[in-house]
Amino acid sequence: MTWIFENWDRFWEVTEVHLRLSVVPVLIGFLLSIPLGWLASRSATARAILFPLANILFTIPSIALIVITPVLIGVKILDEINVIVPLTIYTIALMVRSVADALSAVPGHVTAAANAMGFRPLRRFLTVDFPLALPVTIAGLRVATVSNISMVSVGALVGLGGYGQLFTEGYQTDNPAKVFAGLIGTVVLAVLADGLLLVLGRVLTPWARAGR
Amino acid sequence: MGGWLFDPAHWSGPTGIPVRLLEHLGYTLMTLLIAAVIAIPLGAFVGHTGKGGFVVVGLSNALRALPTTAVLILVVLWAGLGDFPVYVALVLLAIPPIMAGAYAGIRAVDPVTVDAARGVGMRESGVLLKVEIPNALPLIYGGFRGAALQVVATATIAAYTGAGGLGRLVFDGLALQEFGQMLAGAVLVALLAVLVDLGFAGLQRLTVSPGLRPVGTGGKT
Repeated sequence: MTWIFENWDRFWEVTEVHLRLSVVPVLIGFLLSIPLGWLASRSATARAILFPLANILFTIPSIALIVITPVLIGVKILDEINVIVPLTIYTIALMVRSVADALSAVPGHVTAAANAMGFRPLRRFLTVDFPLALPVTIAGLRVATVSNISMVSVGALVGLGGYGQLFTEGYQTDNPAKVFAGLIGTVVLAVLADGLLLVLGRVLTPWARAGR
Repeated sequence: MGGWLFDPAHWSGPTGIPVRLLEHLGYTLMTLLIAAVIAIPLGAFVGHTGKGGFVVVGLSNALRALPTTAVLILVVLWAGLGDFPVYVALVLLAIPPIMAGAYAGIRAVDPVTVDAARGVGMRESGVLLKVEIPNALPLIYGGFRGAALQVVATATIAAYTGAGGLGRLVFDGLALQEFGQMLAGAVLVALLAVLVDLGFAGLQRLTVSPGLRPVGTGGKT
C-alpha cells in the first residue's frame, strides 16, 4: 500500500489509462448491443446467429485477441485500439444476451397498452420497453464492466498501459509491492464502478422500489 | 495465415503442438478438480443451511475482480517459478463461478421437494446428498462450465511466467514477431475451449436425471 502513496503521480497516471481503456469499450459495446439485443429479442433467426457467435467470441482468450487485433486492422501493436476493440467485442458478446432477455421479459400487456395509446415504435421503445428492460440490462452491464476492468491488465503483457504495467514492471524488477499496488487499484476500481452502476440503476428505475 | 499451424515440424517434439495442448488441458482439468473440491461443498453447505449467503455472494464478486495476472506474478515472486503459481491463480479464478452455481442450485431446489424428503424421514445429510444436490446439478454444471471456459482461456497467461500450455505459442510468437504462431495459439485455445465445453455437456447429459431436463429439449416423448 505504501507504494501507492510514495509513487502517487505514477499510480494516478496508470489509473487514468486503465479507466479510459475499460470505460470506452463498455460504452461503445453497450450502445452497439442495444440494437443487436433488440434484433435478437424480435427475431428467432437473429437469435440463432447472435447467441452462438457471442459464445464463441467469448472463448477466445483476451491475450490472443489483443495480439491478433493489430494485424487484422493494420495498426501497431502498441496502439490502445488493440485493447479497446477486443474489450468492445467481449462487452457486446456479454450484453447482447442481457439486452435481449430484458426486452423479451417486458410484459405483453404493457406493450399492447402503449400501442393502444398510440405510441409509435421508436417512442415506445425509448419510453416504455427500454426503461422496463433497464434492471436486467444494468445487471449485465455491471458484469461486463467488472470483467473489462480486470481484463485491461492483460494488455500490459504486450506492452500496453494501465495497472497491468505495474504487474509486468513489478515482475521484471522483483518488486511485489508494485504488483500489489496494481492489484489493489484494479479491485478498488472494479468495486467503485460496480457500486456506481448499482446506484445508477436504482436512480433510473424508481418504480422498481415502489410498493415494496 | 494458417501456415505455422499446419507445418508438420510444429506437431512433434517436446515443444510441439500436441505437448502444448496436453499441458493446457492438464492445467485446466487439475484446476477445475481442485476448485470443485473446494467450491462445491462450500456453496452447497451454505445453500443448504441458508446461513452466510451474503458471504458467498460477496466473496464471489470480490474474487471476480481479482486480476489473474497479478495473482500469478505475486505467487511467482513469492514461491518461485513452476506450476504452483499457475494453479493458485487459476483456482482463485475458478472458485467464484463454481461456488455461486452450487449455492444458487441448492437454493433453487423446490422447498416442497426438500420438505417431502424430510417428511419421509431422511436425515439432513441424505436431504443434501440425495435430494438437493441431484436436483441442483443443472445449475452446478452451469457454474462449472462457465468456470471451465474461463480457465481454458486464462491458462494462456501462465506462459508469461515461463510455464507451458498453448500460451507458449502466443508469447513465443510475440517475442519472435511470428504472427502465424500467435494466431495458431489463439485458434487452438478457442478450439480447446469448445471441445472442453462439449465434453462437460456430454458428462452433464449422462449424470443429470432426465426428469430435470428443460421441457421440450430432452428425452423421448
